Amino acid sequence: MDTFLGLDALMLARIQFGFTIAFHFIFPAFTIGLASYLAVLNGIYLWTKDSRYLDLFSYWVKIFAITFAMGVVSGIVMSYQFGTNWSVFSDRAGPIIGPLMAYEVLTAFFLEAGFLGIMLFGRDRVGPALHMTACLMVAAGTAISATWILSVNSWMHTPVGFAMGDNGQFLPQDWWAIVFNPSFPYRLAHTLIAAYLATAFIVGGVGAWHLLRRRADAHGVRKMYSMAMWMALLVAPLQIVAGHEQGLNTLEYQPPKIMAMEGHFESHENGIPLVLLGLPNQEEGRVDYKIEIPRVGGLILGQGWNGSMAGLDTVPDALEPPVAVVFWSFRVMVGLGLLMLAVGLWSGWARWRGTLYTDRWLHRASVLMAPAGLVAIIAGWITTEVGRQPFTVYGEMMTADSASPIAASAVGASLMAFIVIYFAVFGAGILYILRLMWYPPHRREPDAKSEPGPIRTAGSTPAQQVEESTSQPAE
Amino acid sequence: MDISFDLTIAWALLLAFAVYVYVALDGFDLGIGILYPFFPEKRDRDLLMNSVAPVWDGNETWLVLGGGGLFAAFPLAYAIIMPAVYPLIIAMLLALIFRGVAFEFRFRAEHRWAQKLWDGAFIGGSVLAAFVQGVILGALLQGIEVDGRAYGGGWWDWLTPFTQVCGLAVVCGYALLGACWLNIKVEGAIQARVRRLARIAALLTVGFIVAVSLWTPFLDPAYFERWLGWPDILKVAAVPIVVAVLILALGRALLREGRDWLPLGLALALFLLCFIGLGVSMWPYVIPPSVTIWDAASPFKSQLFMFVGAVVLVPIILAYTGYAYWVFRGKLDPEQGYH
Ligand code: HDD
Ligand code: HEM
Ligand code: HEM
Repeated sequence: MDTFLGLDALMLARIQFGFTIAFHFIFPAFTIGLASYLAVLNGIYLWTKDSRYLDLFSYWVKIFAITFAMGVVSGIVMSYQFGTNWSVFSDRAGPIIGPLMAYEVLTAFFLEAGFLGIMLFGRDRVGPALHMTACLMVAAGTAISATWILSVNSWMHTPVGFAMGDNGQFLPQDWWAIVFNPSFPYRLAHTLIAAYLATAFIVGGVGAWHLLRRRADAHGVRKMYSMAMWMALLVAPLQIVAGHEQGLNTLEYQPPKIMAMEGHFESHENGIPLVLLGLPNQEEGRVDYKIEIPRVGGLILGQGWNGSMAGLDTVPDALEPPVAVVFWSFRVMVGLGLLMLAVGLWSGWARWRGTLYTDRWLHRASVLMAPAGLVAIIAGWITTEVGRQPFTVYGEMMTADSASPIAASAVGASLMAFIVIYFAVFGAGILYILRLMWYPPHRREPDAKSEPGPIRTAGSTPAQQVEESTSQPAE
Repeated sequence: MDISFDLTIAWALLLAFAVYVYVALDGFDLGIGILYPFFPEKRDRDLLMNSVAPVWDGNETWLVLGGGGLFAAFPLAYAIIMPAVYPLIIAMLLALIFRGVAFEFRFRAEHRWAQKLWDGAFIGGSVLAAFVQGVILGALLQGIEVDGRAYGGGWWDWLTPFTQVCGLAVVCGYALLGACWLNIKVEGAIQARVRRLARIAALLTVGFIVAVSLWTPFLDPAYFERWLGWPDILKVAAVPIVVAVLILALGRALLREGRDWLPLGLALALFLLCFIGLGVSMWPYVIPPSVTIWDAASPFKSQLFMFVGAVVLVPIILAYTGYAYWVFRGKLDPEQGYH
């Protein structure tokens, strides 16, 4: 069989998809949260005329512009991944997921792209009201985009509303059922909250960093930290509830995934234990060195003290997902979620005591936790996607039957190119972002437009702008 | 069934529209990258890049609509074409990564060498993306081998002299669009240089248009029949005639001063005509010589669901995209940003 570095074309295509989407998603997760944060900052600034908010806006909008550009270019790769590496899947599932993704382009991508220029460079050209509208449109665009793509992805997890055509295509029967498929509301809530939470921890981490470096007097640093910690306090618990609800939904529609996440190789008759840690051993069908709490698993899964549950022993071997990956990625996500909750509560306590800006250990913890949201997001997706294996469309179409008829060498070579170029290019971008974060926001922070940036786009000054700029507060 | 027949045609036209808009818009901003080597000074380069910075993302979104629309309305075509031109698509995507990030990174780089590096990424990415798009077009036009519901040819079928010429044609064509766009956006000495480049690009583009047009009828007897067979030639002869008129008008506009928007308008009209010519050659195939638009069409319910949305949303998109262009209209001020 044709292989590349010992891997067959299917495995390489899977690695390529996982690699490119994981990289892609880091950027949208941050832009979804940041776009809303920027809209809020701009709104508060317009409302209160407090220049600190404008400075924070100008500070974060530069980081946003870089992240957004990386999100766009890595996203364009994603939209062609289906055709290049998963052509059989594209042919068969295209009638269903194609239109949903087309709606994403029409309702979200154009909206973001159309108003991004005005948001970044247009404040002086269109006046405050239209500029605010542009910020809102960009924020709405990111959320709408997430909605459609998650609907697509959820349909692949819980496919409904279709009939199977003679040519092997999934034929849509009921669009309403397809879009609002059973796992969609849960996944949407959990993922959107994840994006906001991840952004809050990044913003909080940057704020804490400048507080630690005794830049507390620096303009706006306290505001930024305080806003982020409110988010952490309020949203982290919400995320745990959302995740729990989603788990119950998964138990209903994809029980083998829950068995893998929870490490239940054997069925339980009377009381389901909660496996905390251990080493899943798929060959032998057991978890080695298991640490478990009896009966608590049943409570969490809503089966009660004496609940019962089938285990992976009831699932044919060929249909089992890779247990260890799912088991561990799930624990990484949940562990980080609990740590985020802890930081949120701690900040609430410090705020109550009046030490929010002086508690150095809290600040250290915040800096350490800055990437936690992004890591949890990737871990969560690995849980979801690997847990769905061996299917691409759950219960209907196997991953092995989805790939393109492409030689392993071609897939392997393109995978290598993606890896090298992603690390080089996006690595550079991440370094530029970190460098911007290294400095605190300043009074009269230059925004993307006036600083040497791609943004010095202006041309002749439109007449109307002269009047509008006089109505802006001269600080 | 009648309606679904019409919808398939409607989708083919809508997709053709999306691809044309993509070529028209991203054409000029890729063209800026292709022209970059002729403007070695940092100051000029800043100006060039700023002429497209607020709009390039929107321009590129039409490519996503083209690919996504093909996936949605003609999934079989998407599933056959992508593997057939696999290395080209990967190359195009990577090229677009380099040039897309260059917009931001170029201004973030602190050292001169890093800035040069991102300039290089912008140039290389733009040239490669344009070239590869031409090659993909050529590969489609020269025909793709199909086996059942999958690609049936070899990995290098797309590599022929014809496709390479198509690639070069697109590079020159985009350079022409880029120069015509700059002609609107800049003034003074740099505008004079831009106009000179536009003339050269126009000559090369016209040469390639003639070459590709003469070559195409000999790729496939069906094309020959369509273009040169009797009496079809009477119907299709309008295309080359209008092209000739447009070429003359473009030449005139480039040699005279004033009316800065005219060359871009004429160049876009020329592209439109070439595009119609392409349509004449391929119709009704989406993958010549074997898969028609009806063979590849997704089911009626899929096409209808999207069509409703597209009819409502495309005009709205055009409206706010137009607005964004309007906001950033006018000549660029080279002194901006040097305060
Ligand atoms: C939950 C959110 C989410 C998820 C799961 C994905 N994306 Fe994404 N994507 C976004 C959220 C997003 C975004 C927030 O809307 C981005 C980020 C930056 C941007 O410009 O829009 C984006 C950009 C973006 C773009 C560029 C749009 C443009 O030109 O402006 C494309 C083509 C895709 N994505 C395609 C995909 C595909 C095919 C995915 C799945 C396989 C995918 N994305 C997963
Ligand atoms: C951004 C969030 C996402 C992440 C991080 C993610 C991650 C992953 C990972 C790690 C795999 C590999 C699983 C394996 O091979 O064992 C995978 C598979 C897959 N995912 Fe996702 N995914 C995301 C979103 C999506 C979306 C939105 C779609 C659909 C539109 C999707 C469709 C697929 C498909 C088709 C596969 C099958 C290929 C395969 O098995 O590798 N994913 N994903
Ligand atoms: C601590 C409590 C948490 C619980 C109980 C929980 C639960 C879950 C479950 C059960 C899934 C799998 C869904 C499926 O079966 O398809 C999941 C997926 C996911 N989780 Fe969590 N989660 C928690 C925290 C977090 C945190 C803190 C984040 C990120 C900030 C996060 C991000 C995600 C993402 C992005 C996915 C994949 C998308 C999806 O299917 O929703 N989770 N989570």
